Amino acid sequence: MKFQFADFSSFLWMNGHGPFVWGCYLVVFIGLAFLALEPRFQRQRFIKQQKNLARRNVSQAVSEQASGSSEGA
Amino acid sequence: MAWQWFHRLGSPKWFYEKTGPWLPWLGFISIALILIGSTWGLAFGPSEAKQGNSARIIYIHVPTAVLSMAGYYVMAIAGAIGLIWRMKLSFMVMKAAAPIGAILTFLALFTGAVWGKPTWGTWWVWDGRITSMVVLFLLYLGIVALQEAYQNQDTADKICAVLALVGMVNIPIIYKSVDWWYTLHQPASLKLTGKSSIDPSMAYPLLLMILAFYIFYTWVLLMRTRVEILKREQKTTWVKDLVARG
Repeated sequence: MKFQFADFSSFLWMNGHGPFVWGCYLVVFIGLAFLALEPRFQRQRFIKQQKNLARRNVSQAVSEQASGSSEGA
Repeated sequence: MAWQWFHRLGSPKWFYEKTGPWLPWLGFISIALILIGSTWGLAFGPSEAKQGNSARIIYIHVPTAVLSMAGYYVMAIAGAIGLIWRMKLSFMVMKAAAPIGAILTFLALFTGAVWGKPTWGTWWVWDGRITSMVVLFLLYLGIVALQEAYQNQDTADKICAVLALVGMVNIPIIYKSVDWWYTLHQPASLKLTGKSSIDPSMAYPLLLMILAFYIFYTWVLLMRTRVEILKREQKTTWVKDLVARG
């Protein structure tokens, strides 16, 4: 297997096709990175939401219990 | 035995637990293969005799196009399993597959348009292949939109499954479009049956990239399906325990 270009600048330029080729690879890699990272962010967001919800439910239950015991007194 | 496996596969909890350990491996292997395949195609593969270096776009254009079609089969088959066996998990797979397919189809269209400019002298022509790929993109977007349009998840799943199954007719049209309507798009150079017209020096990195994209697709589909499982099973004890563990 042999490097197909004379030097690095001709590798980047690719006889004028460089902007087309590199532009495509850049957009595809951005798309793939989005596909790989987005479910992780979604999972983190879901866990955070559920934790907040659980915390709110606990504090609501405690305040209801406290108001119930004060009414009883 | 086979049926027991099938029923177990239908359990979201079982699926979530089993697929967790696979994720780092699938991610690592797919990223490594994509990097190796891209470097091979960009720097060490030969330039094409007529198209020159623009043909190096093939190493990302073909895998995205292949996976956009294969992903549609995954989505439609998952929808059919959900409709026939009322398996909740397969509807979750169907929902997870739609945005992945939409993005891959967009990438195939985008790379094709950019490749077209130096090769054909135009970004876009409404030929059979490109038009049927646009239809595929719209089908994916339709399924994403329908999932959001219905309050009732069960109704959304069933309607999306029906649309996915009806849209399956488009896949053979995409595949055969270059033979039926011969325009600017070249016929398939890589064939499963029959002799491929592509030189092995270009075929090997291309096949490696297609394999890498299949593994990548599996990885992201599993990740999305697992998030969907968490959302739909949020009231179950096992998800509450998982959230509490953090």
